[in-house]
Amino acid sequence: MSKTLFDKVWDSHVVQHIENGPDVLFIDRHLVHEVTSPVAFLGLKNRGIKVLYPERTFATADHNTPTINQHLPVKDKLSANQLKALEENSKAHNIPYWGLGHEKNGIVHVIGPENGITVPGATIVCGDSHTSTHGAFGAIAFGIGTSEVEMVLSTQCIMQPKPKSMRINIDGELNRAVTPKDVALFIISKLTTSGATGYFVEYSGEVFRNMSMEGRMTVCNLSIEMGARGGMIAPDQKTFNYIQGLEYAPKGEAWNKAMAYWEQLHTDEGASFDKEISFNASEIEPMITYGTNPGMGMGIQKDIPQAEAVEGGAATYKKSLEYMAFNEGDAMIGKPIDFVFLGSCTNGRIEDFRAFASIIKGRRKADNVTAWLVPGSHRVEEAIKEEGILDILHEAGFELREPGCSACLAMNDDKIPAGKYAVSTSNRNFEGRQGPGARTLLASPLVAAAAAVTGKVTDPRELMELQEA
Amino acid sequence: MAYDKFNILKSSAVPLPIENVDTDQIIPARFLKATERKGFGDNLFRDWRFNSDDTPKEHFVLNNPIYSGKILVGGKNFGSGSSREHAAWAVYDYGFRCVVSSFFADIFRNNCLNIGVLPVQVSPEFLDKIFKVIEANPDTALEINLPEQTITLLETGEQESFAINDYKKENMLNGFDDIDFLLNIKTNIEKFAQNTPL
Repeated sequence: MSKTLFDKVWDSHVVQHIENGPDVLFIDRHLVHEVTSPVAFLGLKNRGIKVLYPERTFATADHNTPTINQHLPVKDKLSANQLKALEENSKAHNIPYWGLGHEKNGIVHVIGPENGITVPGATIVCGDSHTSTHGAFGAIAFGIGTSEVEMVLSTQCIMQPKPKSMRINIDGELNRAVTPKDVALFIISKLTTSGATGYFVEYSGEVFRNMSMEGRMTVCNLSIEMGARGGMIAPDQKTFNYIQGLEYAPKGEAWNKAMAYWEQLHTDEGASFDKEISFNASEIEPMITYGTNPGMGMGIQKDIPQAEAVEGGAATYKKSLEYMAFNEGDAMIGKPIDFVFLGSCTNGRIEDFRAFASIIKGRRKADNVTAWLVPGSHRVEEAIKEEGILDILHEAGFELREPGCSACLAMNDDKIPAGKYAVSTSNRNFEGRQGPGARTLLASPLVAAAAAVTGKVTDPRELMELQEA
Repeated sequence: MAYDKFNILKSSAVPLPIENVDTDQIIPARFLKATERKGFGDNLFRDWRFNSDDTPKEHFVLNNPIYSGKILVGGKNFGSGSSREHAAWAVYDYGFRCVVSSFFADIFRNNCLNIGVLPVQVSPEFLDKIFKVIEANPDTALEINLPEQTITLLETGEQESFAINDYKKENMLNGFDDIDFLLNIKTNIEKFAQNTPL
């Protein structure tokens, strides 16, 4: 029988199916961070049990951590307490812990792939919704709640009904300055933030085949923003090349065995999906959001839509624009901005820094802009230095911070002040997401760079033309 | 952690007719720093409920004394965004046992079911009706009947049925949790683990 990629991976991980209930799903890899794990570890303690498979579990500190002076003790008491809890829990249960200062430290969804923890055909979970990132490798990866973190720690399984399946196909060639982030923001703007709820998405077609692994991670990362449980892309030679030789990737005979499994990981001809959607690459322009959910995005040259033109409640739409202090019909181009944030599990990888550098090279940071450039991990930080990108940043008046989730979620010291506008490469523009009262414009690293040097929303193509002229 | 049993709940309800209520609104990230499951209700809808100087925003529904009850009624796509179970904990800790909406985000729905808060999905028309009836009479009561899988507007008698899978229904009725189930089949899991390719 023809099967989808998703079916193949899911079905091979079902320990037990419960009639008119969930599947018991075996989890290959469990990533743990400081915020969503302490109550789960407490649960284990109360039951008097240990982590069942510490070798399948990996812990890092990222959400709470400061992104400057990481060698100093963490000032925020509650954060320090949570970090200490994770360190102690990891030690007590023999889990590798890559805390602040560790060479492997970084954002959980950046370090998983970097170290070969993320592999095709695996089931991967983490108490974080952007776990969908790892789907870029053909894994089933999704975010779970703390009760489920406790389930995985204690039994390496969770219980969930199998989601429905959706395929999103995009063929054709991408326009100039259109990055994977724009592709994802485009899809979300078409589907809305609930358009894929209940589904697991497979991305297929030329556009994703041609994308780098970093780009695929950005796309899969944002699957959750259209409500999907997760998103995945069939592994190919690019995927295998990326993984081979990484520390936790299979080696020798184990590699051959894994390859035999991985090579079957594609959707069979004739396999059916519950829903199929297609777009053409030529429809996609560099994107920017203007509202308070990631579905409120549009091509950067467009004007903010009228309430009547958008699906859903006009009252909610108007509340959103009021928060942003924008009006229906406004152009986004030329709007002044205060902050630029490059980083996060969405756009904190080396390719994102290369893109940013390509625009700011030979220019100067605008005086009215505060820029926070935050690598996703120490590995990314190293690459930035090795490739000479750090020099380009410095010459243009930018500083590089230390790895972490930073201004993506306003849980550490990096918060955007109330009323200020931030062009951000992160994943959510919800009210207060980057700080109470902060106003977020989600965009690609290219759009962020163009804003950083001009101090306002600017089409990066204009600056690219000047460079090319 | 085993939780309260849920059977039939009769209560007035708190209306929040806003769509796409995300988990950053339900509980902002800066309040996720506890290492125990305590006190999250104080920060439920923190930035909608309180000004930056911690004084209550009088127009927010939780600060309006005419609305109360154990049922929270929200607009479409309730609970989108982050996987933080803290959002469900905050809803529970504040005193809600049931959330009604015409559409729930997946992870939030799961998290609710895992801690004993019942997510009840109704049709958009029925949701509108609930909002209208509450607006006319804030004391109006809803009945959530889990064994029968029905939700009733007691004032008008209007009723709709809602879906929940048999397994989760049993868990909610008895206050069981998934970990107990999983620990009981641990031997099977360990056997399964030996034959996984990765």
